[in-house]
Amino acid sequence: MATEATTNATTGGAPVARSYWHITWRRFRGHRLGMVGLCVVAVLFLVAFLSPILANEQPILCRFDGGFYYPAVVDLVHQVPGTSLIIQKQRPYRLATFDFKREFDPERGDWALWTPVRYGPREIAAEPLAGPSSRHWLGTDQSGRDVLSRMVHGTVVSMKVGFLSMGIAVILGLVFGCIAGYAGGIADLVISRFIEVVQCFPAFFLILAVLAWFPPSIENVMIVIGLTRWVGIARFARGEILRIRETDYALAARSLGVRPAQLVLRHLLPNALAPVLVSVTFGIAVSILIEAGLSWLGFGVQPPDASWGTILRSGYENLFTAGHMIPPACVAIFLAVLSFNLVGDTLRDVIDPRLQAERA
Amino acid sequence: MLSYILRRLVTGLVTLFGISVISFFIIQLVPGDPAQIQTSQIADAAVSERVYQQLRELYGLDKPIPVQYANWVGKLVVGDFGSSFHDGRRVSAKIGEALWPTLSVALLSFMLTLIISTPIGIYSALRQGGGFDRSVSTGLYMLYSVPNYVAGMLLILYLGVKWDLLPFRGMRSDGYDEMTTLGQMWDLAQHYVLITFCFTFGNLAYYSRFIRQNLLEVVRQDYIRTARAKGLGERSVVLKHAFTNSLIPLISLIGLTLPFVLGGSVILEYMFNWPGLGRLYFESVLQRDYPTIMALNFITALLVLGITFIADLTYGLVDPRISYEK
Repeated sequence: MATEATTNATTGGAPVARSYWHITWRRFRGHRLGMVGLCVVAVLFLVAFLSPILANEQPILCRFDGGFYYPAVVDLVHQVPGTSLIIQKQRPYRLATFDFKREFDPERGDWALWTPVRYGPREIAAEPLAGPSSRHWLGTDQSGRDVLSRMVHGTVVSMKVGFLSMGIAVILGLVFGCIAGYAGGIADLVISRFIEVVQCFPAFFLILAVLAWFPPSIENVMIVIGLTRWVGIARFARGEILRIRETDYALAARSLGVRPAQLVLRHLLPNALAPVLVSVTFGIAVSILIEAGLSWLGFGVQPPDASWGTILRSGYENLFTAGHMIPPACVAIFLAVLSFNLVGDTLRDVIDPRLQAERA
Repeated sequence: MLSYILRRLVTGLVTLFGISVISFFIIQLVPGDPAQIQTSQIADAAVSERVYQQLRELYGLDKPIPVQYANWVGKLVVGDFGSSFHDGRRVSAKIGEALWPTLSVALLSFMLTLIISTPIGIYSALRQGGGFDRSVSTGLYMLYSVPNYVAGMLLILYLGVKWDLLPFRGMRSDGYDEMTTLGQMWDLAQHYVLITFCFTFGNLAYYSRFIRQNLLEVVRQDYIRTARAKGLGERSVVLKHAFTNSLIPLISLIGLTLPFVLGGSVILEYMFNWPGLGRLYFESVLQRDYPTIMALNFITALLVLGITFIADLTYGLVDPRISYEK
């Protein structure tokens, strides 16, 4: 009660929306499979974020020649831009090429706390195309890099592409969807036609055609996926806005003299968000899939950087000698897609009022 | 009806025009035109530059983009997609060759999907919440989340390489020409198995869930209760009264997915070395083969529009309540 009162005071009309999400969350928690999906998503996210201290060629913490260093932790923190000036206890004497693995000397009293996977994603650690062993649990790839380490760092690519490309798609989709749905008339006609045109292409064709004029990189993949996938969200948002525009509370707000921009942002959009969220969740799964596919074709992440798609590709290129790279990448892609689908399905069940009426 | 068809045709034409303009300009904006790619191997700078200019002239790339577009449309009107920039062959011939491999797999997989998923969908709707319904829907849901190229990689690895059961490269084995007719058919059939499976299994879950869902909605209707109340057999109620009425959304789903199946899958065709439209598209993109890319874009868009149109028209046949007059 007390917390509700405070949010009331600070955010004005927000408690209604908040309680709506609160209810949604409570319903969501009742779905076992949805929760499993959400947990897997959370794990993937954690693996991606913690990748520098999960798989790194440098230790988390070590004592070297009398001094303490924590290179892997520094890598972790440096993922956040602007922190490189604050935390720098990475290598002694600020030597950029210093390698703890080589310089390590137990007789001097050196010791180290290594990351769970002791190899970096680009580190050439062993014989090429070696099968799984106690040192390299998933074997090595054609350059002798540890596959498990590359899988861990490939998670970063997948999560980044999934979330950021859908972020772009959501922003574009909501803006154009709201304009089309609320303004109607010429704007609606033009936008709807445009959406129809874009949807006439198989998305992958379009993405390939567009990517051909950018140098292949993960950023370009993200942007292009975002630019091609907003139309579905725009269509969703437009439909929702059209529906909500006619509700009594929208009419009430309008008759109170709320200006159009405020009406859309404060009253219409928050109520249109739930269905959009469902399609975003599925969209993340699709983006991850597209990224892996593009990387497989050579249009995405470029070697030596790791992505699930490039790992799958190296497995394909060495089918007869090193099939061991294929199953891990397949499992990872499958798990990611499955868990996002589970979350999306559960969300849809949870927020579709028609289904609740049936259940009650 | 006629006015509806006319209206749809006109809007369809406008959309097609938009598609062709957009894809034409996107392609033309690509840095690195085909002439540049083809002359990049020539060491002598002066010769390279001269050949480059000549090639540009030959391909018509030296003209402004709107003029190029007008030329393209002019040829298209008489059904001419031009010649490939890459090997000089007619684009229509290249597409004609790639059409059958893609089309045959698509149709095969489509038929299989419908044949398998319809009974599953109907049966699990009737036994809603039962053991069959739950286990099948969980199983199919898992399958649905397996991306087709991921399944393709695993199938190639295990069935193709490790256990050496099925071929996975191309449509024919070496020495195909020396085989007997029966042997050739057997060889072809073997090559179709894996790729057709990859195209099919994902749709299976989608379609059977879809059929189940629609049937469940229809089964709750009053007229089904009436049919049961008047003592009609369960078989007749389900197949005649319920299933036929759940067909409308299925038709629209078919209309939505079929064109994309026809477009082929770039990754799958590339993976299985399948000489279809998807692989042709990918290779054309790499070679900056503008005429082939444009033709493929145009044909796919035409298919999407055409099939949605036909699907919309079939609604009227299935459901007499739908009227096309507005």
